[in-house]
Amino acid sequence: MRFFLAFVFLSTCFSINAQTKKASTAKTSVTAVSSIAAGKAVYTQYCVTCHQANGGGVPNLNPPLIKTSQVLGEKTKLINILLKGLDTHEEINGDTYENVMPSQSFLTDKQIADVLTYVRNSFGNKASAVVAADVKTARAKIK
Amino acid sequence: MKSLKILKTFILLSTVLLAHSYVNAQQASPGLTLPAGFKASVVADKLGKARHIAFNSKGDLFVKLDRSKNGGIVMLKSNGNSFEQTPAFGNYSGTGIAIHDGYLYASSNKEVFRYKLNDQQQVSDPSKPETVVTGLIDRGQHNSKSIAFDNDDNLYVNIGAYSNSCQQKDRQKGSMGREGCPILDSAGGIWQFKADKLNQTYGDGTRYATGLRNVVGLDWNKQTNTLFVMQHGRDQLHDLFPDLYTEQQSAELPAECMYELKKDDNAGWPYLYYDQLQKKKIVAPEYGGDGKKEADNKYIDPAAAFPGHMAPNALLFYTGSQFPEKYKNGAFIAFHGSWNRSPQQEGYFVAFVPFKDGKPAGDWEIFAKGFAGTDKVVSTNEAQHRPCGLAQGPDGSLYVSDDVKGTIYKISYQK
Repeated sequence: MRFFLAFVFLSTCFSINAQTKKASTAKTSVTAVSSIAAGKAVYTQYCVTCHQANGGGVPNLNPPLIKTSQVLGEKTKLINILLKGLDTHEEINGDTYENVMPSQSFLTDKQIADVLTYVRNSFGNKASAVVAADVKTARAKIK
Repeated sequence: MKSLKILKTFILLSTVLLAHSYVNAQQASPGLTLPAGFKASVVADKLGKARHIAFNSKGDLFVKLDRSKNGGIVMLKSNGNSFEQTPAFGNYSGTGIAIHDGYLYASSNKEVFRYKLNDQQQVSDPSKPETVVTGLIDRGQHNSKSIAFDNDDNLYVNIGAYSNSCQQKDRQKGSMGREGCPILDSAGGIWQFKADKLNQTYGDGTRYATGLRNVVGLDWNKQTNTLFVMQHGRDQLHDLFPDLYTEQQSAELPAECMYELKKDDNAGWPYLYYDQLQKKKIVAPEYGGDGKKEADNKYIDPAAAFPGHMAPNALLFYTGSQFPEKYKNGAFIAFHGSWNRSPQQEGYFVAFVPFKDGKPAGDWEIFAKGFAGTDKVVSTNEAQHRPCGLAQGPDGSLYVSDDVKGTIYKISYQK
């Protein structure tokens, strides 16, 4: 009996846990999926020329977006690259790139969040989503 | 036991040596498509980012390597039918390499150096080059300093513009052009220096021609006694001015232009671009253009025009007698291949333009293709090889370098 009770208790725990987990995963993925889809459209319009359809960039000219610390690392830093542009020619995965990244600050907070969520979950990348509130916060800090 | 060890060492050594000589031997059928009667082979491979190439009179090939951690120049010593790779030297990146009057000249992205050649036409002291030109501008974009010589001891150096179209904010959508583009003071043209004077900088040279965005391929034409250059045309007309240009127009336009230069010529960058479909010089959108408005006629016209963005990285006038008559004095152009064309990239081939009396005499054609290893390149990094340098071997064969894998191709004609 004691054994049975313990079994029921344990099963219930598992099942509740599983349900909670399932619900939250489903919720996140629905949001992420729509953000990724919207982000792909932004990427195709504003990013694809330089960073290319496969995210591989152009050797020596435009950096790749595949598994780089800039793309997968701290979100605020990544958001700021879009808001401010980048012309430091810093090393990216051991190589440097000659072209400048122009500022994309004309994009809305949501567009930036979507495109970054798309990039962080495409080309073999897997990282958490960027939300519009993150972009809003970063934008407010730029004078 | 000891003899067994020696035997093992011997076997190991033989295997290594055999493998080594195999690498150096010519590998047939590298997958290129050529006109009838031509054949291609690979004479060296895995050199690194092999940019421009130059032969000495003994048939040894010097290769300029970009972004190499183990030396920026490598000599492939000729053994008759094959080449032997020798240790690299020159601790700098860059593109330019040429032989002139007993010296090997090579460029970094800021300087031009030279090395004295010995009676074997080899560099005897690779650690002590002389500095011919120094202090040239390098701001990343378009920083390669390609070089060429005339018959009067002058050295020509390309100094590319560190900008796409001299916008107030480079490559920023809608940003207009800077008035009286100040970049042209120190870049965006061809500078002339003395071939045999050391430590020259801007003040010692002359801005020979201006209004050239970025030239990577250039060659002195001995028939006309003039410099010919291939300009990389501006990028991203649609991205920057979507209301004026469709994506399709932006893929085709502007032309990649061949110019014949005379002193003080102005090719018009950033104020104009050449539209090969309208066959007109068109005012750039950054300077008030709308895709139709024609530019001032004081700017020179191209000698030949090619589809947009294919990135001509080398130009060579063929003076050999191995190839059929139609190739004599004509221009070979190595197109590195595009990145800002949608939905499909173009280039990645060697083109040919026939010449008669120093002028193009017929349409350009594809001479050698298949470097990319695929018919359809959507993203630039899918290309397995990209043509970057050209040189004519002592026997009249054409050599092509690739800066993806560092392959050197030899293309010959058999009667």
